[in-house]
Amino acid sequence: MKLTSLLGGAAVALALAVSPAYAKNTLRWASQGDALTLDPHAQNESPTIAMNLNIMEPLVRSDRELKPEPALATSWKVLEPTVWEFKLREGVKFHDGDTFDADDVIFSIKRAQSKNSDFKDQIGSIKEVKKIDDHTVHLITTGPNPILPNQLLTIAMMSKEWSEKHDVVEVQDYKNKQETYAIRNTNGTGPFKLQLREPDVRTILVKNEDWWGVKNHGNVDEVVYTPIANAATRVAALLSGELEFVLDPPLQDLERVKRTAGLKVLKTPQNRSIFFGLNVGAAELGSSDVKGKNPLADPKVRRAMYQAIDIKAIGQKVMRGDAEPAGIIAAPFVRGWTKELDQRLPYDVDGAKKLLAEAGYPNGFTVKLDCPNDRYINDEAICQAAVGMLARIGVKVNLDAQPKSLHFPKLAKRETDMYMLGWGVTTLDSHYVFSFLAHTKGTWNATGYSNPRVDELTEAMEIEIDPEKRDAMIAEVWKILKEDNVYLPLHHQVISWAMRENLDLPIIANDQPQFRYAVMK
Amino acid sequence: MLAFVIRRLIQAVVVVLVVAFLSFLLFNFVGDPVNNMVGQDASIADREEMREALGLNDPLIVRFAHYVLNAVQGDFGMSLRLQRRVGTLIVERMPATLELVAASAVLALSIGIGLGVFTGIKRSHWLSRVILTVSLIGVSLPTFVIGICLIYVFSVLLGWLPSFGRGETVNIGGWSTGFLTASGWQAIIMPAITLSLFQMTLILRLVRTEMLEVMRTDFIKFARARGLSNRAINFGHALRNTLVPVITIAGLNIGSLIAFSIITETVFQWPGMGFLFIQAVQFADIPVMAAYLSLVAVVFVSINMIVDLAYYAIDPRLRATVGRGR
Repeated sequence: MKLTSLLGGAAVALALAVSPAYAKNTLRWASQGDALTLDPHAQNESPTIAMNLNIMEPLVRSDRELKPEPALATSWKVLEPTVWEFKLREGVKFHDGDTFDADDVIFSIKRAQSKNSDFKDQIGSIKEVKKIDDHTVHLITTGPNPILPNQLLTIAMMSKEWSEKHDVVEVQDYKNKQETYAIRNTNGTGPFKLQLREPDVRTILVKNEDWWGVKNHGNVDEVVYTPIANAATRVAALLSGELEFVLDPPLQDLERVKRTAGLKVLKTPQNRSIFFGLNVGAAELGSSDVKGKNPLADPKVRRAMYQAIDIKAIGQKVMRGDAEPAGIIAAPFVRGWTKELDQRLPYDVDGAKKLLAEAGYPNGFTVKLDCPNDRYINDEAICQAAVGMLARIGVKVNLDAQPKSLHFPKLAKRETDMYMLGWGVTTLDSHYVFSFLAHTKGTWNATGYSNPRVDELTEAMEIEIDPEKRDAMIAEVWKILKEDNVYLPLHHQVISWAMRENLDLPIIANDQPQFRYAVMK
Repeated sequence: MLAFVIRRLIQAVVVVLVVAFLSFLLFNFVGDPVNNMVGQDASIADREEMREALGLNDPLIVRFAHYVLNAVQGDFGMSLRLQRRVGTLIVERMPATLELVAASAVLALSIGIGLGVFTGIKRSHWLSRVILTVSLIGVSLPTFVIGICLIYVFSVLLGWLPSFGRGETVNIGGWSTGFLTASGWQAIIMPAITLSLFQMTLILRLVRTEMLEVMRTDFIKFARARGLSNRAINFGHALRNTLVPVITIAGLNIGSLIAFSIITETVFQWPGMGFLFIQAVQFADIPVMAAYLSLVAVVFVSINMIVDLAYYAIDPRLRATVGRGR
């Protein structure tokens, strides 16, 4: 019965299999999850930004090496410590034909700073945007801000007229549960125009023939995106030739893809580091058998745990070679990273045991490890491996692996003694790590770590414009953090993109494809 | 009759309310949607403010009452993940699921009844044994394995059928259909087979058992004695008598086809309601989950009721009992 129906199906398929000849270059691709919205200021989330920045553009964009380069601004310079001058590109048109000028910049930055915007903290230092003429604006900051161009990399420019016409001057308001025009319609200046948007089903972008950068444009005419949640189906669709590109192929299928004729896999270290955070601030750990004191508050214990982790084994067995061992919790793209800093303390079980004994825990102690199971590459498996390694020095770890929607609230509420976290640095500057993870008031510092010198330096580097002095501050903070071992660095994630051999699409470390580079042979 | 219908209607409302409330209780534990909605940089104050704004801090019973009141007016709230009306989302996704379910039901019924009759009449034929053995496999293999196997054979190895999606669709009066395009037909074949296999087996075995039963009865023997043709006996008399239980099962199973299309839709990236639901679960998108489960409850309850009424219409004995009872 099964056979007959299959044959029947196959016969119908054969009869219908008349494939049209493609006159144009269509790039069909898939990833696990769709962009959340096309309102460019509503969600600061990587897949959302990736989609939006193919349609809309910022003043300063990141190139394939993630270095800032001119986009809608052709040049920028510091006039006074708190005044940046941006020269705008002339002759740029939005997809509806409207001309891009200074008013759009003022409008867009204000919009991205408004209450509902998810980017308001990122560009919080901008106090005022002043129009000098149609193609010159001054960005006035609350204090000297040396990394302002980096903070603008993901702030897309919208048309003021279009936004007013369609009543999307405000970023979508969750409170009134409002559904706005901008969620599914766009009017950007970018290399691709939105042709069709069916959230979660299909999104079609077509080449913008009038784009200012069209000369350096790849040769893709149409980009068809389909989210495919099931990893096996995603790979099958690539293998069967229904897709040109898969953003997030599962690790276990990479070999298979590589072996398949006509397909290739690109790899790059990602701008995201994976690490464990330790609760050093609590007087007593909620999940430990040690009462009356906090074993993690002792630097020797933290160092012992660090040295008990065999990162090579995790890299080879869990990550199948696709991870760069990390010595600090920032990847090589980040300003302040150095090779020396990224050296790990040696893996040393005996030394770790000795350290534990010196700290007064010759028989170890117990602690709970909170771990996500659907956020980072093989996150739960990494945690499991670490549990086994820490057991060898007597630290008995109870693993609690949960979906990210349950894991992250624990961190936010500071209800954790030991946890896994991965951090991507959107501004490509160490300050982003310090202000969120090391500063006493850092919103993602769930360790309770508080070091006055770190706080002082973190605040000072916000307004230091002398690059040398600033770099020295960054280096000092890294040195302190490395000595304190509040965070146990594991590795920098490596991302893989699987695609057809005839597609030339550079892999970018932020995992956000830029189809303007794509060339199809 | 009227009292019977009213009684069933009241029961139906109670069932739907209970399902809605239970799903609400469960969803309290699926996690915090706010974390999925804001970026990693959002401050704790921002998160708290959003929780408050979304009403996530209200007591459960208040939220439930709110939900039911709005739902009665056709308002199922906003999807936290997609920022769109849940009602709109479900209406958009419904054609895909219903077309898949229709195709699966047709496959399951036609093949299931056909093979059931065959195996019932030709009990000892070698082909009957093969069919029964294969059908056992059909029941015991999990849906996603069948789906992945089909994809592997027909998409990856042979390249005949698309491994995901619905193909091209045509919009007719707000209903997007894949039945009018070649790629739509290609795309529905594998998901429909995957979804129908279990039901097909079930119907096959049911029809076979009933056929065997009926064939043993006296009235078939009399029919034979009267010299009726085999064809008339098998289809006119035997099959007709097996159909009452088949209708019951088939009717109820349309409900489970809708409910179980979740797995098939996930494997084939079929843009239907089940897939919407599974993504909502991953995101802790409570409004979508609650609306979907309530909808499934409504579907089950209505089908149940229609089946009961159909019995009542078909089988005179039932009517007599109900009449006497009241």
